[in-house]
Amino acid sequence: MIQLDQITKSYSNSSEEVKVLKGISFTIQDGEFVAIMGPSGSGKSTLMHILGALDTPTSGKYLLDGRDISSFSDKELAGIRKEKIGFVFQAFNLLPRATVLRNVSLPLIYMRVPKKEREERARAALISTGLDEARFDHLSNQLSGGQMQRVAIARALVTNPSLILADEPTGNLDTQTGEIVLDTFKKLNDKGHTIILITHERDVAEHAQRIIYIRDGMMVKEEVTSKK
Amino acid sequence: MRISDLFEETYMALSTNKARSALTILGIVIGIASVIAMTAIGQGSQASIQASITSAGSNLLYVTPGQQRGVGMQVSSGRGSAQTLTQGDADAIQSTITLAKAVEPELSKRYQITAKGTNTNTQVIGTTQDYVDVRNFQIDQGTFLSDMDIKSQTRVAVLGPTTRDDLFGEGADAIGQKIRINNVEFKVIGVTLTKGGSGFQNPDDAIYVPISTAQRYLAGDQYVSTIAVQAASADNMTAIQEQITELLLERHKISDAASADFSVMNQADIVATASSVTGTFTTLLASIAGISLLVGGIGIMNMMLTNVTERTREIGLRKAIGAEEGDISKQFLLESVMLTFLGGAIGIFLGWILAWGVQYFGVTSTKITWSTVFLAFGVSALIGIVFGYYPARRASKLNPIVALRFE
Repeated sequence: MIQLDQITKSYSNSSEEVKVLKGISFTIQDGEFVAIMGPSGSGKSTLMHILGALDTPTSGKYLLDGRDISSFSDKELAGIRKEKIGFVFQAFNLLPRATVLRNVSLPLIYMRVPKKEREERARAALISTGLDEARFDHLSNQLSGGQMQRVAIARALVTNPSLILADEPTGNLDTQTGEIVLDTFKKLNDKGHTIILITHERDVAEHAQRIIYIRDGMMVKEEVTSKK
Repeated sequence: MRISDLFEETYMALSTNKARSALTILGIVIGIASVIAMTAIGQGSQASIQASITSAGSNLLYVTPGQQRGVGMQVSSGRGSAQTLTQGDADAIQSTITLAKAVEPELSKRYQITAKGTNTNTQVIGTTQDYVDVRNFQIDQGTFLSDMDIKSQTRVAVLGPTTRDDLFGEGADAIGQKIRINNVEFKVIGVTLTKGGSGFQNPDDAIYVPISTAQRYLAGDQYVSTIAVQAASADNMTAIQEQITELLLERHKISDAASADFSVMNQADIVATASSVTGTFTTLLASIAGISLLVGGIGIMNMMLTNVTERTREIGLRKAIGAEEGDISKQFLLESVMLTFLGGAIGIFLGWILAWGVQYFGVTSTKITWSTVFLAFGVSALIGIVFGYYPARRASKLNPIVALRFE
């Protein structure tokens, strides 16, 4: 479960203080599929970084599964990311000259999981994204965009995280392929995974059950879609 | 990260771009190969010099005319430059120094030698019958000089095999033949067994005549160029050295030992001096080769830094999925060490081939010791650690958010 309580984030350079997030609070229950939507410059990237334990807020509380991680050190944040969070990026961010299987097992290496178990879990994760098994031994740079994103989703799943965080996952894909990817998220959510989708496109956001609108560092609206 | 996974990740990263990895370690390969080859040449020279000095005979002391010098090698002494040692000195040593097993005076000079239709210029060594024992020679054909020959001043000569080949043709039977040394006729009575060797005076290219004959017919004087004294055992060497010095100081009527007109040199001293000279030579060569290793190390650091920059997004990704600073720095450091270690291994192999080649083509003998090999491995691993540390640290300190945005 995710609980944000009056989260702010400010950057200070030499002359001024820039307030990117100005006090955001919301709660996301386990198993929800939520979209966070906002125009560029709204602070949604910063919000995603905080949600994904890549950064800490300047003030406010972030409770992840009951634990306040707002003041965690870099090392502690890395631990949270390792165990609780799976990322899906717009640019896929796969290792281009590694196989699909090796890409998906990468997070498990940092969790010190032995090789055989890694491979089994990677296969299971890949199957649940619907990727053709024949592709498992291909190098990731031999895949299409849609296939690569599904590998990335499998990678995000493989550690069994509390939260899957997707940052503009369809941004580099055509509409049709994008639909397949969003559909994959839906299926995963049906299985019980908590998914947060960051986007600036309404069409994409509507695939979620709930949309949180961000503008100028503040939450302006919350909407429940017809997908519940 | 598990150790086995760390190695696998590192191996994968390196083999992804084999060409680049190969070019990166080229500097190390060349550096280590040169160090190995230089050290091998140096150590080989050292060993062969030591061998040729000790093959000249063991437990030897050399009494030579001229001032005592720090570096006294046999080559530079007694070439007729100073005439302060006489046959009388040799006889005195023979009769008074009882610890000496054999006393063998020599009178050496180069002369023009002629035989029927041929001639050569070679070293003529006037000596006694003890020469074969003291100097560790053997007779191949005929006989060596005898006590009778010395006493009677007979004009007989024993040839070294190379001189025999030069005068009479390769492998010819020279026994009984006549030669003229400095226009004096001598009869050949023997040929010595080949000793091999290079560098100094080649022992195979020489003629041995009775010292008394040399003094009477060739030099016209009673002086000697060297007196070799063989000790009964190694323990007596120092005692004999002192006794000879005392005796000759008295005979030459010199009161101050510092202004002696002769030197008594211990064979062990000569070996030690030669060793230290070649040792310095080896160190110098290896240091020069070491500079190329330094350059190789800088190349590694340069390449690793480029590597880190190119893989910024990958590092960001690894951190995003939970890699800690330690995981990242260990991976990059290990990449660097693996590269240099591999470079070292190839370099050692290459250096070994170079050293073998130098020896095979007869330039000089070479010697590779295990300690050199271990040192080379150690140095190459150290280079990987030292020059890989900074890039690895830079990689580990990258901010994942910034890194993921990197183009």
